[in-house]
Amino acid sequence: MKSEKSQREKTFSPGALTRLEEIKKKYPDKRAALMPALYIAQDEFGWLRPEALKAVAQYLELPEMTVRSTATFYSIYKHEQAGRNMVRLCTNVSCMVLGASTLKGTLKTLYGLAPGGTSPDGRFQLEIGECIGACDRGPAMLVNDDLHTELDTKKLIQVLESYK
Amino acid sequence: MTRYLIPDACIRDIGEYEKTGGYQGLEKALSMEPGQVVEEVKKSGLRGRGGAGFPTGMKWMFAAGDPKFPKYIVCNADEGEPGTFKDKALLKNNPHILIEGMAIAAHALKAETGYVYLRAEYPKEKEILEAALAQAHEKGFLGENIMGSGARLDIQVHRGAGAYICGEETALIDSLEGKRGQPRLKPPFPVNAGLWGKPTVVNNVETFANLPFIMRAGAQEYMKIGAPDCPGNKLFSVSGHVEKPGVYELPMGITLKDIIYDHAGGIKNGKALKAVIPGGVSAPVLPPDKIDCPMDFVSVQKWGSMLGSGGVIVFDEDTCMVQVAHRALQFFEHESCGKCTPCREGTGWLRAILERLETRQGREGDIRLLEDVSRNIAGNTFCPLGDGAAMVVLGFLKHFKEEFSEHIENGCPYGRTGKRPDRPAPVQ
Repeated sequence: MKSEKSQREKTFSPGALTRLEEIKKKYPDKRAALMPALYIAQDEFGWLRPEALKAVAQYLELPEMTVRSTATFYSIYKHEQAGRNMVRLCTNVSCMVLGASTLKGTLKTLYGLAPGGTSPDGRFQLEIGECIGACDRGPAMLVNDDLHTELDTKKLIQVLESYK
Repeated sequence: MTRYLIPDACIRDIGEYEKTGGYQGLEKALSMEPGQVVEEVKKSGLRGRGGAGFPTGMKWMFAAGDPKFPKYIVCNADEGEPGTFKDKALLKNNPHILIEGMAIAAHALKAETGYVYLRAEYPKEKEILEAALAQAHEKGFLGENIMGSGARLDIQVHRGAGAYICGEETALIDSLEGKRGQPRLKPPFPVNAGLWGKPTVVNNVETFANLPFIMRAGAQEYMKIGAPDCPGNKLFSVSGHVEKPGVYELPMGITLKDIIYDHAGGIKNGKALKAVIPGGVSAPVLPPDKIDCPMDFVSVQKWGSMLGSGGVIVFDEDTCMVQVAHRALQFFEHESCGKCTPCREGTGWLRAILERLETRQGREGDIRLLEDVSRNIAGNTFCPLGDGAAMVVLGFLKHFKEEFSEHIENGCPYGRTGKRPDRPAPVQ
């Protein structure tokens, strides 16, 4: 837990502070910079740990409760210690009728991944996502920022094996 | 037919875009008084492409008539309606058309700041759009003194964070302000009190993308395309059991049948059509005898559904309607923002009852209960999310009631009985 402790004392790096300054300029009101600031904070802190929310609150001069209230509304932010790679498998209607449910089974059997969970080796985290706008080439998933489409069991495994 | 939204080959370079007439619509708009531009858009009959089909010119008129300044323009690129991917296609294949459309709107409304609220799930499109914005700045179509007219405009991209409800314009505005994305009570409408209480016009990506053509060709020419009450082309996202899924740019008023069979290649593997959702998951389902329905805002409503986002989802004969309804309701339950009780509680109940039906635990009276809960949601919420959930359930019951009864009596006839689909991860 040593790394945990050093993380706790962490604040924004100079690079992040530059990015934050740029973002603040985009809006006439500093609170509007909150959502982008949360993205920067999770890059910096790994996930939106309490210290990350505190750092954002201090930087934007907002009550911590305000920051937490906004952050917890949105599902894309990392609200807990996440696996190294975020897998968002779409199971909404278009992907479902093309076989997304089978893929969910594969993730469970082969990678020990349950919805909302992390694989035992910490390599993947699975979110059963809502529509990701790739319905014409479903079933589809996002791994981190990469879109993978027309998945079947074979392709799913092939794709996941390319993430370490 | 004329296509003006999505080119044959992807155009991301500003020079290429200009060669095809790009930024001429803006040039034309800048040569006119702002009021004249509003008038031209009003005359064109353009209706908002986000789903509601509200007349764009009228929306603008309200905002332009408000004495408060500054005014803001916001592009709703939070495309989250399941079965919809047309805004993504526009951003990817023709990003400058959005920038030009926003610049035209900004001139008409005397706005100097615009925001694009882009959904988090489109990171690649964010890069493409930001590159296009930089090119437009460099060429003087954005920034100070645009094309020597004295007008100025800056456009910022704001990344969402995975909440479907932020596609609702007042929730989007709250989200842009750094708050939880919960819809506001209306009135006041955003055109009078939007971002930071200032007059704000929120338009969909595809709505903005119609503007360059309207300015370039004129309202008269524009009205010759499409349906009488709904002029112009519409982007249809076609998915599900069709041979050629994809985005199709077709005139408003084309029939659902032509979209499915002439353009999307018909039903996959030669199977029969069972049902089709014409406008994204929030639109009530239609049975095969309704596919002569013309696809425009006015007609689809008459035929018992809604055009919505134009997300056409096609189901073949082997699709279980209860399973589709159940998955749709999982979605609405997950995405309900929790503000209005009928929606927050009702979507959960509808999902739970449908889950019973799917897992052979349906009870006598469940169908009546589904109808009753739906009717108690509809019309009793701030925003249309609850209405959507209710109308979806009522739509399935209207056309496929027997299949629901069959589920209660004998379980799922499609052999999925007992396979309970997992629920999406709950949101904190």
